[in-house]
Amino acid sequence: MNRYPFWKYLVIGIALAVGILYMVPNFFPEVPAVQVSSSKTSVKVDSALLATVEETLKAANIPFRGDALDPTGIKVRFNDPDTQLKAKDVLQAKLGDNYIVALNLLSSSPQWLASLGALPMYLGLDLRGGVYFLLQVDMKGALDKAADRYTTDIRSLMREKKIVYGGVGREQSNVVLRFSSDAERAKARNEIEKAFPDLQVRELDGTAGELRLVAGLKPDAQKRIQDGAVQQNITILRNRVNELGVAEPIIQQQGGDRVVVQLPGVQDTARAKDILGRTATLEIRMVNDEPGGLEQARGGQVPLGSDLYQDRNGEPLLVRRQVVLTGDRINDAQSGFDSRSNEPAVHVNLDGTGARIFKEITRENVGKRMAIVLVEKGKAEVITAPVIREEIGGGRVQISGRMSTRESNDISLLMRAGALAAPMEIVEERTVGPSLGKENIQKGFDSVLYGFVVLVVFICIYYQLMGVISAVALTINLVLLVAILSLLQATLTLPGMAAIALTLGMAIDANVLINERIREELRWGATPHAAIQAGYERAWNTILDSNVTTLIAGLALLAFGTGPVRGFAVVHCLGIMTSMFSAVFVSRGIVALIYGGRKKLDKISIGQVWRPAVSATAKPVKT
Amino acid sequence: MEFFRFKRDIPFMRHALLFNVISAITFLAAVLFLTTRGLNLGVDFRGGTVIEVTYAHAVDFNRVRAAIDKLQLGEYSAQSFGASDTALIRLPLKEGLSTAQLSDRVMAALKSDDPSATQKRVEFVGPQVGKELYENGALALLLVSLGIVAYLALRFEWRFAVAAIIANLHDVIIILGFFAFFQWEFSLPVLAAVLAVLGYSVNESVVIADRIRENFRKMRKASVMHVIDNAITSTMSRTIITHGCTLLMVLSIFFFGGETLHHFALALAIGICFGIYSSALVMAALVMWLGVSREDLVKPEKKRSGPEGEKILP
Repeated sequence: MNRYPFWKYLVIGIALAVGILYMVPNFFPEVPAVQVSSSKTSVKVDSALLATVEETLKAANIPFRGDALDPTGIKVRFNDPDTQLKAKDVLQAKLGDNYIVALNLLSSSPQWLASLGALPMYLGLDLRGGVYFLLQVDMKGALDKAADRYTTDIRSLMREKKIVYGGVGREQSNVVLRFSSDAERAKARNEIEKAFPDLQVRELDGTAGELRLVAGLKPDAQKRIQDGAVQQNITILRNRVNELGVAEPIIQQQGGDRVVVQLPGVQDTARAKDILGRTATLEIRMVNDEPGGLEQARGGQVPLGSDLYQDRNGEPLLVRRQVVLTGDRINDAQSGFDSRSNEPAVHVNLDGTGARIFKEITRENVGKRMAIVLVEKGKAEVITAPVIREEIGGGRVQISGRMSTRESNDISLLMRAGALAAPMEIVEERTVGPSLGKENIQKGFDSVLYGFVVLVVFICIYYQLMGVISAVALTINLVLLVAILSLLQATLTLPGMAAIALTLGMAIDANVLINERIREELRWGATPHAAIQAGYERAWNTILDSNVTTLIAGLALLAFGTGPVRGFAVVHCLGIMTSMFSAVFVSRGIVALIYGGRKKLDKISIGQVWRPAVSATAKPVKT
Repeated sequence: MEFFRFKRDIPFMRHALLFNVISAITFLAAVLFLTTRGLNLGVDFRGGTVIEVTYAHAVDFNRVRAAIDKLQLGEYSAQSFGASDTALIRLPLKEGLSTAQLSDRVMAALKSDDPSATQKRVEFVGPQVGKELYENGALALLLVSLGIVAYLALRFEWRFAVAAIIANLHDVIIILGFFAFFQWEFSLPVLAAVLAVLGYSVNESVVIADRIRENFRKMRKASVMHVIDNAITSTMSRTIITHGCTLLMVLSIFFFGGETLHHFALALAIGICFGIYSSALVMAALVMWLGVSREDLVKPEKKRSGPEGEKILP
């Protein structure tokens, strides 16, 4: 009676061994580390780089505890934060722009554990500090921008095909053209439809009977542009984040038009916000160099069709309002050197349409200056205003002359970063300072620990040996829960830690049910073995039912919760599963181990079992 | 050690009406507070900005307010948070001002007033996101309720499902009533706690329902009222011990978990206390009044003359 088959012990043993193995990494302290990863897909992080890193550190006389190469990059651990900072500077200087050198805290658990996939729990932002942003991409803005681009394209098409038209402009997300004759309009329509298959062209006359063509994007093209806009914005955000040097950034699309950015462990949150929150667009416009114009503008009379801006050195500049090119025509901008003079330069690569427009503009404006304008939060700044030396075709443009390497770096970065496809807005932000993260871990840990200790003491006193068994089962529950959380690398948040405490408090319910049931059976005169048997069996149904209902609540939270609440739900759901296993399966195994072997069992150590003196009415009527 | 020694069944159901009247009054009071005072929704649901700032010394709120007043941001609140050196500043949503700018401006103002001011935490939720979180929360509540009703109806009987969900939703309303009455901040973690309570107090109903069903089988001759009384009495000990244990953990969260989990733990504690009451006394009484009978739960043992599926054909 109450024997347990060997395979069940085997299951328990394996579960416990695996559980302890995966729980262990959580106990190693975190050490400062530097993480090197590539900032471009074309640049590989390999063992050659690892060797370079080692040599660089040795050459600079910086001691390190160990290094490793894994899919996320090279990780070098240090003894203290000072060496870590020094190492970062040395490595960044040596490796240059193609690599991201980021500070990080890494667990000091041995390598063989990590290679088994046994990692510490993945801490959420509220526990390790960092920045969380939810950005909304302005889809209407993306469409408007597309229409803007088509307006320019159609204008040059009309010129190319020598079609006489009365004017072209954007109205909402449509391009509207005006004509004076039907023949020209038909010709124009024909040409537009041929050149731009994404546009739907309609003849819609204005109220005053003027002849108009209205060109709008077809629905599938709209969708493509919107998807493209989100993707492009994600790419740009990734570039900006790379600039920050964050070890494990998360940048993901959420839903149709939102982007989540998570930067764990960022110390300087203000700077992160500043760089990410840049809502910059890039425009190329012509400089208005008409004599006297600048003086007039400084006097307060800005000439019609021009704006007065400043360049990065604070010099005033008069820029024409008409936008020649927008940033999304720029495929890439890289800093480098002029092949002839070896001066620092910025190499810009334009897309097809951009190249065509650029060729036209440079042909017509040799000797004049063009301004590259960065519009940020409604404020425009001229990044650079180079003189056009000659006609430039083919879309490969080089900006050079009188700039330092640093400047060329900055300009290329700004040009890349400026090319947002659509404006973005921060719709949710959660910033947690690093000190608060540490405090939160401590608080979460304390609430689990103290609650757990008091609970165990109480249970052991109240149910004696059976209580000790329950407490052991509860401890195993905790081990398994932490192990699963580590194994799944589920994000642990402060509410998640509260959920661990709560789950333990609820898990004891199963053991209380069982123990109460056993006592009750004993009260009505069952033999100890029969009481254990009946206790576990009768309690099982109840335990199952009650856990399923709790699980329903947990799953709903998982489905609808975000951020910290999701963290709560994950732990809650997993905790219910582990508690069913440990409270029923494991505790029964221990009971069988202790009592199962004894043929003659007189007494179970379950605390005092009170028996009513007289046969009471509470006794169920036996059938 | 054994705390509970019941010599005979406690006649709970004799006083069922009284318990339900008490329940109804508490419930109505909660509804009253909810409608008159309303919930003090946190930034998560209402949108806005929260900034937590620590100083090297106790916060001088006059200076903090003076510094923020200079920015002319309109309505805001500044109060201490957890410790005397920490201030929590709440700013409502404002048109045309992004969060990054807003919190940076406030921090800059505070820093220029006192360089020891350090930003610990910023939370900003836009109006759209706040609305979505609110809707998702309501949807989750609805789904949990439906899920539980469906499961209980399947496992037991519709009367138990209906009674359990009424009893437990009434707990939820009472928790919300507390939050409305004391104007405690209702945030996302509190919503999580409320939903957890819903799942958890259903536990309690399940345990009692289970026992009622078992008793119907065992106590063939007893009246329905007696069956229910016995079920409640015999699960009483387990109820108190279990809930006591859970409450221990919740109190541990309350005392050690810090300010962030304060209201979360509070909601759980209230939920657990009322959960005991409503499951045992409200749910059981409702089941009784809905007219539960032995035949509903115990399938009559048919005397079969042959294997199943055999039919007598004319």
